[in-house]
Amino acid sequence: MIVAEQKPLAEIMRMLAPYENVLILGCGTCMTVCDAGGEREVTFLHDALRLAQKKSGDVTHKFTEYTIKRQCDPEFLEQLHDRISGVDAVLSLGCGIGVQAIAERFIDLPVLPGVNTSFMGMTKEAGIWDERCSACGECRLDDTAGICPITRCTKGILNGPCAGAKNGKCEANKEMDCAWILIYERLERLQQLEKMRRYYPLRNFRAIPRPRRITSNAVIEAGESDG
Amino acid sequence: MANSLFEEKLNSGEFVVTTEIGPPKGADTSEMVHHIDLLKDKVDAINVTDHQSSVMRYPSLGGCLLVKEQGGEPILQVTCRDRNRLALQADLLFAYSRGVVNVLCLTGDSIDVGDHKEAKPVFDADSIQLLNIIKTLESGTDTVGNELKGVPKFYAGASVHPEADFIEPQLIKFDKKVSAGAQFFQTQGIFDLASLRRFMQYASQFNVKILAGIIVLSSAGAARYMNRNVPGIIISQDIVDELAAVEKGKGLEKGIEIAARFIKTIKEEKLCHGVHIMAVGNEGIVPEIIEAADIIGVPS
Repeated sequence: MIVAEQKPLAEIMRMLAPYENVLILGCGTCMTVCDAGGEREVTFLHDALRLAQKKSGDVTHKFTEYTIKRQCDPEFLEQLHDRISGVDAVLSLGCGIGVQAIAERFIDLPVLPGVNTSFMGMTKEAGIWDERCSACGECRLDDTAGICPITRCTKGILNGPCAGAKNGKCEANKEMDCAWILIYERLERLQQLEKMRRYYPLRNFRAIPRPRRITSNAVIEAGESDG
Repeated sequence: MANSLFEEKLNSGEFVVTTEIGPPKGADTSEMVHHIDLLKDKVDAINVTDHQSSVMRYPSLGGCLLVKEQGGEPILQVTCRDRNRLALQADLLFAYSRGVVNVLCLTGDSIDVGDHKEAKPVFDADSIQLLNIIKTLESGTDTVGNELKGVPKFYAGASVHPEADFIEPQLIKFDKKVSAGAQFFQTQGIFDLASLRRFMQYASQFNVKILAGIIVLSSAGAARYMNRNVPGIIISQDIVDELAAVEKGKGLEKGIEIAARFIKTIKEEKLCHGVHIMAVGNEGIVPEIIEAADIIGVPS
């Protein structure tokens, strides 16, 4: 899933300044799971903004709140038609994709990002999320025992550890495990150390020419036969 | 035939001594030139570091040209932290065109340990891929197969960490560096000769030259600081204790003594092919260490 953190209130208020009627829009998928922008966070933020407004004496903004299942999906965005009439801006608590999907769908409506989209990761334990994938477009997890060196090694190197680790921790962050030591240990457990002995050449960054698009042939072919 | 004086010296079987110079933060190279003049006849080659510890400085390539101008033998340190494959190849071609052929290939410290923490880390290549880039250039093409006009030839080396606290993956990496064309190695700082002996037992099966890294410590405080903050450096407690036992102000003297003792033992036991002295900011004391270790400076 995509993991994000809510922006500081002061930054959100600066973005909101020009707009009177603002819809705070949550996202029911990733942002709900990472506690950054689901229904609960929408309500918390709504309360926080109201309180901040009261405290500052500037009560020009009116807020409404709503959460849809997925901001990145046009199908769910259609539900917004009724909600956005009379709204001057949407404060999206969706990830960067959600924000852009709204901007693309409602061309006259300003949309503001309420979260900083951080990474693709997983829930490690309650309240802790860890980055796991860099969407490099060339998955090599088979070679590295299911542990991604591009994401989990601070240098993203492919041919084994640098010499910077101490006590199994990364030179860039003493809290972070050295990905290459983890890879070594797991390859050893799987009796696949020969995978580490191989030479991995320079990466192909053309696998990720931005922006990327994936087209499903299955869907297109189905569409053609329908029509 | 050897590509450089440094290679020639290593092939001669004589005990080789190299050291390194950190370029200045700024455009004033006078102190660096002073250090080059002081060291060039006392050692066989001088490494010039490449934004060591990810701290932005005058470039290693510029420093190597100064070493050449002063009549010394430079070793160009190249890290992959700050340049993509185009820039790496270009710098290598430039180095060769100006007579800088000894190249130490390093992945490079993390951006996070340096003074430009918000910079974009590049790492388009790692040290092993960099060695392969050199091999490719030497074969007459760039990394995408385009033919080069003028083919360079280097004497390529790499680093190895015999005292890593998790040695097995480091040894795999060492093998891969040898396969990728590393002909000489300068080790990370050695503080425990037993680990160097163990490593040399392993490394002696390969036809490569090994220079043991000797870090000159200036105080127990400096040693503890390095243990905490310098990637990979693990200074054993007995060395820290030895430094802590001397009176204030005598730390560097002790550090020189320890370094000289290590070098002497390494040479007497013929543990490896030479030493690489890292005086980190105290370049001026290297001649003193060489004298104390009773190793003869380069004959010309």
